[in-house]
Amino acid sequence: MKTIVVERLRRTFGTFVAVDDVSFEVEQGEIFGFLGANGAGKTTTIRMIIGALPPTSGDATVAGFSVAREPREVKRRVGYVSQRFSLYPDLTVRQNLSFFGGAYGVWGKALDDRIEQVVSEVDLQGRLDELTGELPGGIRQRVALGAALLHAPPIVLLDEPTAGVDPRSRRRFWDLIRTLAAAGTTVLVTTHHLDEAEHCARVGLMVEGRLVALDTPAGLARTWVPGRMFRVEGTAAHRAIPSLRARREVVEVEPFGATLHVRTGEETDLDEVRSWLDPDAGVARVMQIRPSLEDVFLAVAGRGDP
Amino acid sequence: MIPALEIDALVRRFGATDALRGVSVTVAKGELFGLVGPDGAGKTTAIRCCAGLMDPDGGAVRVFGEDPRTEKARERLGLMPQRYALYGDLSVDENLRFFGDLFDVPPDAYAQRRARLLDLTRLAPFTDRRAEHLSGGMYKKLALACALLHSPDLLLLDEPTNGVDPVSRRELWTLLGELVAGGTAVLVSTPYMDEAERCHRVAVLDHGRILAVGDPSEIARGADSFESAFLRIVEAEA
Repeated sequence: MKTIVVERLRRTFGTFVAVDDVSFEVEQGEIFGFLGANGAGKTTTIRMIIGALPPTSGDATVAGFSVAREPREVKRRVGYVSQRFSLYPDLTVRQNLSFFGGAYGVWGKALDDRIEQVVSEVDLQGRLDELTGELPGGIRQRVALGAALLHAPPIVLLDEPTAGVDPRSRRRFWDLIRTLAAAGTTVLVTTHHLDEAEHCARVGLMVEGRLVALDTPAGLARTWVPGRMFRVEGTAAHRAIPSLRARREVVEVEPFGATLHVRTGEETDLDEVRSWLDPDAGVARVMQIRPSLEDVFLAVAGRGDP
Repeated sequence: MIPALEIDALVRRFGATDALRGVSVTVAKGELFGLVGPDGAGKTTAIRCCAGLMDPDGGAVRVFGEDPRTEKARERLGLMPQRYALYGDLSVDENLRFFGDLFDVPPDAYAQRRARLLDLTRLAPFTDRRAEHLSGGMYKKLALACALLHSPDLLLLDEPTNGVDPVSRRELWTLLGELVAGGTAVLVSTPYMDEAERCHRVAVLDHGRILAVGDPSEIARGADSFESAFLRIVEAEA
């Protein structure tokens, strides 16, 4: 079942086209990743999908309701955690959850029950009476997720939920997201941590308002970064760049911090790459690596400045 | 050879909190060294001590053998803090000129370095744009260019890729790779575990202590990622 169906969505601000003819579908229980540089149109798309911003043209159907015609129905069926979602720092966790539950129309005994459920879902036991402003960032994000889940939405949209969150909390947050999805909640998430996006079933990439690539992470790598990729490490790996670039088997050599990423065709193997490198050039190690979503992102976005 | 940077048993307290509890690191000329750890690990405190902006409570820092608070050390040291104060109402070029004058860069050297840094940071098409109108990634690159104007031999960067999009992030790391290939020593802090593998060597910092130091591939050996290795190391300590 398709929970989100986006059809030719477009949004302009004056002469600026923020979102241009975007179409995609998300299945129930799927974790769908939405990637793009700052200003690529991700947040504008999300704001339309949650019914907060009317599209200029096109439409999206969310849990069967049109964002253009029935934005109120849509809002009741989505939970939204934004990067800038401000919980009240001077309220306790319980008071924040009560406040947002009320805002979503959950009251009284039903709200108390729901808070108890959500607190166990997002793992906040024992934190209910703490002041939200004094919690570490990772736990605060779990409170924000909890607040967005109070009305039991079938769809959750998360806009950079792990920005500035430490690695342990980030893992925990993703475990929660996977549990939610496994229970049937549809999740649409944007992130700048491309290593996280590997957890998504499918990933859409936006560039300048357009959705330019959409596939599984492995499928994207096959399409956008074809061939094999090797990492060259060593104190003087950079010295090998000109000779590597001169080889016809080599598609691309890219500096990756102190190391190099070397991309070749399918027929090249590790021993061959090793044989190209002068043992005196200070190369400590060569290994075959899987292209990451960051490699895909760079291939899609093209290099250079916006 | 004297190392570019020597941090020896560094201790720093803030009231009852031990921010650094005996941290030792050596960075050689031409080495890209990563200080990797979560928020609150002590990365910023360590970098501030290295830059001579903060006095340690114990241990010592030496920049090319000198105390970082001396002029001799400062001339060879470049710092890019987390929030680099550029002038928002000045253009890219005006900011460069301002910091060039501040660092006493001689006029003929300035013209040459300006051209090289604009090329390196790919900011050449944007010289007339006001700093406040730059994207996050471009702003960071301008800050880096300003920190490099006096051609430091040791560059200290505190979380340079925080809040930067993936394209600019890759560019910043490429730039650091080029700098170290040219002989500059770089100490860079990051909370992003996937950035560790871009360094020659890394130190894993948590709660003011170094839990592991060495070649990132060696540290990550047997784990599916550096992040998994990091979590294993941290949990083993706890």
